[in-house]
Amino acid sequence: MNRFDYVRAGTVAEAVQAYGAGARFIAGGTNLIDLMKYEVEKPDRLIDITRLPLDGIEEQGGGLRLGALATNAKVAYDDRVAAHYPLLRNAILAGASAQLRNAASTGGNLLQRTRCYYFYDAGTPCNKREPGSGCPAIGGVNRIHAIFGASDACIATHPSDMCVALAALEAVVRVSGPGGDRAIPFSEFHRLPGDNPEKDTNLAPGEIVVSVDLPESRFPQTYTYLKLRDRLSYAFALVSVAAGLELDGDTIKTARLALGGVAHKPWRNREAEALLEGKPATVESFREAADLIVAEAKPQSENVFKIELARRAIVRGLEQAAAGTPQSLSDKRIQ
Amino acid sequence: MATQISTAAGTDRHVGSPRSRVDGPAKVTGLAKYAGEFTAADLVHGYVVGSTIARGTITGIDCAAAEAVPGVLKVLTHANRPDVSGKADSYRDMVGPPGTPLRPLYDANILFSGQPVALVLAEDFETARYAASLVKVTYAAETPETDIDALVPTAYDPPTKRDGIKPPPEPWGDADAAFGKAPIRVERQYRMANEHHNPMEPHASTVIVEADGTYTAYDKIQGVANSQQYLTGAFGLKPEQVRVMNPYLGGGFGAGLRPQYQLFLAMLAAKDLGRSVRVVLTREQMWSFTYRPEAVQTVSLGASPDGALQALRHDAVQGTSRYEDYQENIVNWSGTLYKCDNVKLTYRLAKLDTATPGDMRAPGAVSGLFAIESAMDELAVETGKDPIELRLINYTDSDPVEGKPYGSKALKSCFEQGAARFGWAKRDPKPRSMREGRELVGWGMASGIWEALMMPSSARAVLSADGKLEIGNSTGDIGTGTYTILTQIGADALGLPMEDVTTKLGDTNLAEAPVAGGSWTAASSGTAVMKACRNIAAQVFVLARQMENSPLANVDFERVVFTGGRIEVAGDPSRGVSIKDAMRAGGFETIEVTEKAGPDSDFAKQFECYTHQAVFVEVKVDEDLGQVRVTRVVSAIAAGKILNPKTARSQIIGATVMGIGSALHEESMLDHRLGRFMNRNLGEYHVPANADIHDLDVIFVDEEDKANPLGVKGVGEIGIVGTAAAIANAVFHATGKRVRDLPITIDKLL
Repeated sequence: MNRFDYVRAGTVAEAVQAYGAGARFIAGGTNLIDLMKYEVEKPDRLIDITRLPLDGIEEQGGGLRLGALATNAKVAYDDRVAAHYPLLRNAILAGASAQLRNAASTGGNLLQRTRCYYFYDAGTPCNKREPGSGCPAIGGVNRIHAIFGASDACIATHPSDMCVALAALEAVVRVSGPGGDRAIPFSEFHRLPGDNPEKDTNLAPGEIVVSVDLPESRFPQTYTYLKLRDRLSYAFALVSVAAGLELDGDTIKTARLALGGVAHKPWRNREAEALLEGKPATVESFREAADLIVAEAKPQSENVFKIELARRAIVRGLEQAAAGTPQSLSDKRIQ
Repeated sequence: MATQISTAAGTDRHVGSPRSRVDGPAKVTGLAKYAGEFTAADLVHGYVVGSTIARGTITGIDCAAAEAVPGVLKVLTHANRPDVSGKADSYRDMVGPPGTPLRPLYDANILFSGQPVALVLAEDFETARYAASLVKVTYAAETPETDIDALVPTAYDPPTKRDGIKPPPEPWGDADAAFGKAPIRVERQYRMANEHHNPMEPHASTVIVEADGTYTAYDKIQGVANSQQYLTGAFGLKPEQVRVMNPYLGGGFGAGLRPQYQLFLAMLAAKDLGRSVRVVLTREQMWSFTYRPEAVQTVSLGASPDGALQALRHDAVQGTSRYEDYQENIVNWSGTLYKCDNVKLTYRLAKLDTATPGDMRAPGAVSGLFAIESAMDELAVETGKDPIELRLINYTDSDPVEGKPYGSKALKSCFEQGAARFGWAKRDPKPRSMREGRELVGWGMASGIWEALMMPSSARAVLSADGKLEIGNSTGDIGTGTYTILTQIGADALGLPMEDVTTKLGDTNLAEAPVAGGSWTAASSGTAVMKACRNIAAQVFVLARQMENSPLANVDFERVVFTGGRIEVAGDPSRGVSIKDAMRAGGFETIEVTEKAGPDSDFAKQFECYTHQAVFVEVKVDEDLGQVRVTRVVSAIAAGKILNPKTARSQIIGATVMGIGSALHEESMLDHRLGRFMNRNLGEYHVPANADIHDLDVIFVDEEDKANPLGVKGVGEIGIVGTAAAIANAVFHATGKRVRDLPITIDKLL
């Protein structure tokens, strides 16, 4: 870990002003500190934003505004979140550990970085860590890597569970920066690697996440967060499915579906969602949607299985959502 | 020899009874100090720079930027290594395999990824760590070979056998011909992943320079005598110049059997700087030494239609390093466990560009039993026999390899009691015959076997006039409960409450004892402690008898019992003398005895000594998604006398969890192009989490054994050996899918 300056910001404006090249904002630090220990992040300056007044959870405009500094635990155990956005609660609680969730912030969760082995290993090349150095994950140890939207430069995945739910819920990320305030639809917040895998998001330099806004609740009953991983808890997703359905009798009125563990960002396929809408909520419909989604999957040398796993997980996730029997967090049996 | 000593002379109040760990309060309150926690006023911190290539040569090391950091004292590399022996023989330790031991910072050659190439020394850890990131090493890299599959065809029989590891026996009968003619044949390849030990405590060494110029080294090691031998060899020191201590170990599992490079580097720096030095490895750096190496195994079983084995072949190829021939016993278990007239067992090595592998909990048995016990399950399916019945058909009461009967073998009791507890009789043998909702349910079982070893060991005991007893030797308590069982043995030998007995371990100033490994510590140190304490008992008895008007004046030693701090005539508590009074009357402040104990060679000539396991597993597997849950395990263990059912149960529970990890989770993933393990942290190298562990049930069956006077066989390893095979067998029963390469991850069940 390198030596760095530390400044504490009292307001968002102060934090933005303190920003410069080589600076990093720090909130919970659950990812950033690790990355610094691994020599992946070497900030000259840490701007401590934990004192900013951004840890509230407020109702607004029929939805809910999650302050960027509200901890994952605070959001997950908020009564309004539990009542109206249980999909978000379940996704948060499917990730990390109680200790990490107590420290990790909402904004930081959005900005956590990939768990690609090569990214973490300063002894190997990595285009995300050192642009232009190469991607040894391609053709290497890539069991956990992307099957959607990868590029020749990077096949990393985004590790968050919470973000998969936020993608399905169509949240909006409010940010503030040197260029003023703006709102970014969730689907446009994270990006695909393309030729610039060093950029995880579309945040401009110095921009800070202020809040994550949830639109009006649509899936308080018919939802699920189904996560498949290499052990039954405390592991990143091989494939996860966030699903929310609005049903009219047995007919799907609205479908929102996002996948985790499979791409550089939470993966949505609008065509598959559109295909489901108006269809009966049956396994046949779900299979049709799943087939459509995985049709564009491209595997790496060690993760061909993820395509079939994703296909089956989508079907099961939609079954759970339609039946109103979301995946239990404590009973690891998959309903 | 030792058989003359009888535990019946004591009151046996503690041995055999569940007792909480005597070191528990120190551990949970943080009073227990570990190797990386000892300190000195002028402590220097060392941080290791590891090689990023697996094979090749260092062409340059630029330390200028690191040395320019304020607080950095020096950077040690092969180019400026202080004067120290370069002879490989100087680096031998007590348990190392044949070959040329690693000489850290010896030259520019790179033998494995992560090899230490520099040690940055600074006034604080953070500075050392930061400066280490500024050391620029350039290499001439060569293509590494870490893929064992590529090397199977050229695998070799190790020319020098490893001390203490039995090579495969000569074949008997004609296994090839018998297999060719057998009516039922099973021939399959099995493999399991490279695994790393991952104890909670990182490897660390703190070398203190004492005022008189001697050294005290606190080292994460399973036996301090080994570190002392290593340091005296490598640095040309006399034993009295270097005391090694390690009172507690935060998990070893074999990773602490050999002194690792951080000990050498800390001592090198301490000698060079004349200051005390601590070197702590990071979790990531703990992938740069010792691991359970992947083995590629083929098991060929030929049997009659009724399941009797006619041919048994077990061939294994296992990885070792470029510089040492690490060896395990993988295949002999197959010959030992089953009766068969035609047996051929082979074991060969393949040279990989990795660090030398090392012993990891039940080394060899975990790999070998996964293969043979999976193959036996496949044979049970082929012959239509119940898996237990098949094992009984091929049961043997004598060891076919050595041609000697077992001193004791209560495996049949394990089958019976384990099956009863599990409900095995209700099993429908048909795969996919049980389901609950969307989960397929499977029941599987396997046998396990491990050596019951005893090593020469000494122990010292000191009884004080106040009735307090101190016992101890240099072996380590690696978290298994050694402090506790030795305290129990000492307390019983002299009839004292456990609170009056203090056990000291992990210090080369104590009586010499071997490393703690191989499940031999209870038998070895336990017997030595018992002998020393019984010797003291005899001396105190003499003092008691010599007292004026002694109620014991005309009583023989065989007729007294030691209980409640007193020596009493058996059956007549009114006739007795307190130990304190006897000591005072005799004018003794202390009585001190050091005794040695070793294996009973007469017994060993006649009998073979093993522990056994029958393990039963229930799994539930999601039919579509392949998620496996191990919902029940019953592990029935035959391990002789159980000294402390509470700590022994913990050993079996822990080993079962590790077996679940081996079966479902653990896998150190190599990038063969880089020769580098890639998932070097506990987030990406998976061991079981709480959610993966459900009902674990342990049964200790009665088993009398006479290999040592305690009748103890050791319980550290027997709980893991058959567990992975039982899980794989249960997964087959649930799904109809036979997974022959561990770990059984989701992708293998889709």
